[in-house]
Amino acid sequence: MAFGKAKRKSKMVSYAKWGYIFLIPFVAAFIVFQLYPLFTTFYYSFFEYFKPQVSDTFVGPNFVGLENYKTLFTNSKILVYLKNTVIMWILGFIPQIIISLLFAYWFTNNRLNLKRTGIFKSIIYMPNLIMASAFAMLMFSLFSNSDTGPINSILTMMGFSPIRALDTVGGTWGVVALMNFMMWFGNTTILLMAAMMGLNYSLIEAAEIDGASQLQIFFKITLPLIKPVLIYVLITSLIGGLQMFDVPQILTNGKGSPNNSAMTVIMYLNLNLTSRNYGVAGAISVFMFVICSVFSLIVYYFFSRNSASSSLRKKV
Amino acid sequence: MKGHLVKESMSLKLWRAVSYIVLIFFSLLCLFFFFMLIINSTRSHYQIQQGFDFLPGSNFISNFKKVLSEDQFPIGTGLLNSLIVSGFTSVLAIYFSAMTAYAIHVYNFKGKKFMFNFILLIMTVPTQVSALGFVDLVNKMGMRNTFYPLIIPAIASPVVFFFMKQYMDSSLPLEIIEAARIDGSGEFRTFNQIVMPIMKPALAVQAIFTFVGAWNNYFLPSLIIQTKDKKTVPILIANLRSKDWASLDVGEVYMMITLAILPVMIVYFSLSKFIIAGVALGGVKE
Repeated sequence: MAFGKAKRKSKMVSYAKWGYIFLIPFVAAFIVFQLYPLFTTFYYSFFEYFKPQVSDTFVGPNFVGLENYKTLFTNSKILVYLKNTVIMWILGFIPQIIISLLFAYWFTNNRLNLKRTGIFKSIIYMPNLIMASAFAMLMFSLFSNSDTGPINSILTMMGFSPIRALDTVGGTWGVVALMNFMMWFGNTTILLMAAMMGLNYSLIEAAEIDGASQLQIFFKITLPLIKPVLIYVLITSLIGGLQMFDVPQILTNGKGSPNNSAMTVIMYLNLNLTSRNYGVAGAISVFMFVICSVFSLIVYYFFSRNSASSSLRKKV
Repeated sequence: MKGHLVKESMSLKLWRAVSYIVLIFFSLLCLFFFFMLIINSTRSHYQIQQGFDFLPGSNFISNFKKVLSEDQFPIGTGLLNSLIVSGFTSVLAIYFSAMTAYAIHVYNFKGKKFMFNFILLIMTVPTQVSALGFVDLVNKMGMRNTFYPLIIPAIASPVVFFFMKQYMDSSLPLEIIEAARIDGSGEFRTFNQIVMPIMKPALAVQAIFTFVGAWNNYFLPSLIIQTKDKKTVPILIANLRSKDWASLDVGEVYMMITLAILPVMIVYFSLSKFIIAGVALGGVKE
């Protein structure tokens, strides 16, 4: 099949120019709206370029070398914000991967043979498509700090004392993590499920005949076989987590309160962009670009190693 | 031997019960906050202040009317703006991603492999890191506070491209294109009239995802859009959040959130089977 395709393609050399023509829109849009802005972002990170609050005109751009980076790492809390981002990501990711593995296993287990799984899948995937900013506004309203707020009034009804979750660091992290968990565990479940369904069932059957327990099969056969997909899920989730913005931004009204504990890197970038502090915003962008690029490269190698086609095809 | 089988099926039954209970628990968790949202959107400011009630109130219509006549957060205009931006974004993203995938799938040219690898490489680079340059560019082009900078960049959507390419690998035989050529069809006509109809399932899945992605997008639009009449829904939600909570009619707040969320929820639940199949198929949704 693959050979036939390759042969046939080689006869099409005369159409080569059409390949370029069809690529023009993508390449043009990419260069203008992504590549060029990326360069100017890098460029401005070496310049003094900001708008003072009282004035209408910008200061700069004046070349200052690495001054913005120095400011970023000595005068700002960028590393604290990075730490906050990673903590909130981990708090959401750990329950996410555990529950997703469990659900994917249950959904694909022939012996368990669950019914009506379609409904469950539909429901758990749903939060992924919800507008994150509206969801955050909803959680803010429900957890609102008055003792008669909706969540608190339910807690009171159940005999607990009301909590002021968004006033405490742990509570705020908890709400963000809960939202990230809810928004992503359905998606991860479906990806892992597709991976597990692609496994060769005869392997599992053979292990069953040899007397392996379900637990042994899961840990010794299923998990190792879906490892590539697990790595893909981990890294894409980490890249997504590093970009965390909408949820903590709306939840804390951009303040990252209490005490900057919920301030993420992109929230800090947004703060510098809206206050027209472009030099420092450039340095933050470059910092994020470097971190994300490292992880992107890992995903890239993962894809190209898997012959650049679906990661979820049958492989044994 | 028989006893062993009976015991096995007993523990299996137990496992099944446990898995149903856990599944129901997490499904309810997913629905619970939205259930509270819908309930509160039917209750008046005063009723909500009294504490939560599991039964809906009778203020749905009046909250709805109040929100629509609200001048500070023009949600009607916002919904329309979001619809325009998301609709065009979605159309551009799927059409041009299919075109890009077609170029790489069908033609042989120098640099083809490089192009494919390059798009894979940039797939996971976040758009936020070039936001500064993007805003600067938009200002210089005089497109600040317009919808164009929110829509046109969708022409280069690596993730949609990747999905389209995968779909072509599995369902677009090159024989069809050759046959079209023999019949005298030009390359553009082949793409528009023969290939696009074959791509319909993939186009539909990605149309939904790109639409929802644009509908929910907050970061870039908030940096581009300035005036009230151009604001999309997520920006209005952020404005709502920045107001003093004590000065707001809470019933209206819940109604606004409902209006922001409900359209996507309705579309989702009417197409969920299709959407979930799409997620499993793509495997690369961020």
